[in-house]
Amino acid sequence: MNFENLSFYLFAAVLIGAALSVIFSRNPVHAALSLVLAFFTAAGIWLMLEAEFLAISLILVYVGAVMVLFLFVVMMLDINLNRMREGYWNYLLPALIVSGIFLTELIVLIGGRVMFNKPADVPAAITSEGNTLQLGRLLYTEYLYAFELAAVILLVAIVAAIALTLRRRKDMKLVSSNEQFSASRESRLKIVSMPVEGGRREDPS
Amino acid sequence: MIDFLTPYLGNQLAFFSWTLIKVLAILIPVTLCVAYLTLAERKVIGYIQLRLGPNRVGPKGLLQPFADVLKLLTKEIIIPTGANKFLFVIAPMLSLMPALAAWAVMPFADGLVLSNIDAGLLYVLAITSMGVYGVIVAGWASNSKYALIGAMRSGAQIVAYEIAMGFALVCVLMMSGSLNLTTIVETQRTNLGLLGWNLIPLFPMFVVYFISGVAETNRAPFDVAEGESEIVAGFHVEYSGTTFAVFFLAEYANMILIAALASLMFLGGWLSPIPGIPDGFGWLAAKVAVMLFFFLWFRATFPRYRYDQIMRLGWKVFIPVTIVWLVLIGVLMRMDWWPW
Repeated sequence: MNFENLSFYLFAAVLIGAALSVIFSRNPVHAALSLVLAFFTAAGIWLMLEAEFLAISLILVYVGAVMVLFLFVVMMLDINLNRMREGYWNYLLPALIVSGIFLTELIVLIGGRVMFNKPADVPAAITSEGNTLQLGRLLYTEYLYAFELAAVILLVAIVAAIALTLRRRKDMKLVSSNEQFSASRESRLKIVSMPVEGGRREDPS
Repeated sequence: MIDFLTPYLGNQLAFFSWTLIKVLAILIPVTLCVAYLTLAERKVIGYIQLRLGPNRVGPKGLLQPFADVLKLLTKEIIIPTGANKFLFVIAPMLSLMPALAAWAVMPFADGLVLSNIDAGLLYVLAITSMGVYGVIVAGWASNSKYALIGAMRSGAQIVAYEIAMGFALVCVLMMSGSLNLTTIVETQRTNLGLLGWNLIPLFPMFVVYFISGVAETNRAPFDVAEGESEIVAGFHVEYSGTTFAVFFLAEYANMILIAALASLMFLGGWLSPIPGIPDGFGWLAAKVAVMLFFFLWFRATFPRYRYDQIMRLGWKVFIPVTIVWLVLIGVLMRMDWWPW
């Protein structure tokens, strides 16, 4: 067993452990953190498959941004676990059927290829030039329209999400930044010269 | 050099131990730099405030960092009641790990790099984006309101400034056409010296990057996550002894990292500013030192930003500026209106 195999099995074991812990841990924060670990180890496995861009962007996008916001929400909400666990047995049967269908589909799609054919080696062009360069070249030439379309859809989704959740509260105490910037000393502060009451008399200038 | 290990250990183990030696050769100097950065900070701020700073331990106070470390290591680690023990202990490590792992792709001179990977810049971005977990987990696991508020502030701040930082770096990689940090430095090599650096065409990006870097490391004036006047010490309020020391180490290691990245990407790394003078590691060290001095100078000069002003600066000022500059650089490159 060489180093590469050893690290693959290590990553795979951690990944499966983390994934199970996402489902089984009773605390939602632990579940979210396990998901982070699962993403990280998945990125490690992708890195071993020489898919460096995919691995790094998984960490950058999911671990670095999406899961941070997830954790935020989970930490802020006081989730009542007992209420979430109600009706566990009622949902069990439909859940088993759905996951059974998923599993069969996955086995049909991927299993046959992996079990019966030896996985093809990574093409030489990718290993010599680097996955990032190849991916960039393809995305910006051959698949440019699909790529731009995806970008536009994402933009629309962002705008829609903001439009759906934006509510102007009446009692908000936010001061507009224009007002803050335009404040001058004259509008806030007045220096009055007063006669000094007794004590040491000083020249006001 | 590696050949000398092979007969004793075999190929794979020799490679492994040789890499381990190289890792140590990077991490030990970084840790020493962190130690002396804390001393430099106290000295610089001391002189700015017309004090002398620490000068008792060792000649001119030069052994002060070691005294500090010894003190922190011998203190008791207190785990608050109701805290999540596992997460509480692991949080400082979570914040230190990315700060050290990012050094793996950092080139110190031409060819002097632990791992010369093509996606180096992306790697640095991805790894440093994980630093926020240490802060958030620490805040949550402490079971303290102040810590949680600090963690929330820091998380929101880091997510906001990471976008501006990312866009600033996109401009850099457009200029050099590569994500490899060594190539990024080498493309800044012209026979004009200082004028060839990315600093000149990308000056606004340099400013955005560096200020975002200050915000990412939670340093003053963006240190609302600690905010000792409002929320005691923010996310690390419950930490003591070694665990606190690890947070401290992570913060300073991150500062050095940001300074080193800024010097590599905008200030030409190890290239000399004046044509005719040889390049070398010394230039990089000098540039990093100057950038670190800025960190300390900022801390001594600016009062802490208000929280909503930080958010405004990140989302409404920096991100639009970077997008405009991105388009501008794109047009300049496309039209070939490049003065040099």
